[in-house]
Amino acid sequence: MKFGIVVNEGPYQHQASDSAYLFAKAAIEAGHEVWRIFFYHDGVNNASKLTEPPQDDRNIVNRWTKLAEEHKVDLVVCVAAALRRGIREENLATGFRISGLGQLVEAGTKCDRLVTFGD
Amino acid sequence: MLHIINRSPLADKALENCLNTATGGDILLIEDAVYAATTGNAFEARLRAAMGKFKINVLRPDLEARGMADRLVDGANPVDYAGFVALAVANKTCQSWL
Amino acid sequence: MSDVKKFMFVNRKAPYGTIYALESLEVVLITAAFDQDVSLMFTDDGVFQLKKGQQTKGIETKNFSPTYRALEGYDIEKLYVDRESLQERGLTEDDLLVDVTVLSRAEVGALMDEQDVILSF
Repeated sequence: MKFGIVVNEGPYQHQASDSAYLFAKAAIEAGHEVWRIFFYHDGVNNASKLTEPPQDDRNIVNRWTKLAEEHKVDLVVCVAAALRRGIREENLATGFRISGLGQLVEAGTKCDRLVTFGD
Repeated sequence: MLHIINRSPLADKALENCLNTATGGDILLIEDAVYAATTGNAFEARLRAAMGKFKINVLRPDLEARGMADRLVDGANPVDYAGFVALAVANKTCQSWL
Repeated sequence: MSDVKKFMFVNRKAPYGTIYALESLEVVLITAAFDQDVSLMFTDDGVFQLKKGQQTKGIETKNFSPTYRALEGYDIEKLYVDRESLQERGLTEDDLLVDVTVLSRAEVGALMDEQDVILSF
């Protein structure tokens, strides 16, 4: 089955990014495809390569990058939401791309299921 | 439909609204919503009353993280992330009550 | 886009306190531009998004409420409001800045069951 995931909150501030990641990982482990993860609202902060958590904490941004590299997950950051919050190509982590809201609509039309994580 | 709730029912009306609005099916409590399915909380009776109409599932890792694993109400079904995925597969639509 | 699905946007949050209502509206407009079947549901504090007379000069924030009136121009005509949420907040249909269909919770639930994609922010 083809999954789309929406993440609406920033990393560390809210559990949404962790829940979304663990869901995506479990879906892949169960043999499903996670076709696209769309980052919106403060969720765009998941894509900042300037993120530097303490050593004993999980690295949420790197975790997404690894997921994209190992499982070809399309990580899309909403351009309008990103520009508002200072996320641009210069500070975009590997594996993410910046694009328009149409990518979210497309995830809704192309995926069998769309699951949203937010506040 | 799979209804996903992530807020404590004592802080937000999402769960109550869902119970009053949705026509039935699966509910999954994640994040702070897991407190709804613990014994002794003020929402417990309301949740129990809804068990005929809905299947109440609770994300166990979130329950454990909050120190509430030993207080899960009878009749609520604990699931792990694989169970969460299975619920999403089994239901045609997923609605997160944000 | 060839495949048309029924998208419902469920709005449960008041405007201005957080950005969700504004950014949700941006998704609504794009979804309609992609020729999808769009409906909007306002419930809980989300009904405050449609309150007439919003004046945002004093908070130096853009008043986006006129956009709800412009939705018709994008062929977005299915606006639904949960009656109980209105009543709980001391509001009636006359307090709203746009024409809506007011529904009981049972009717809201039935409508949700008809959707292919439900988004909430």
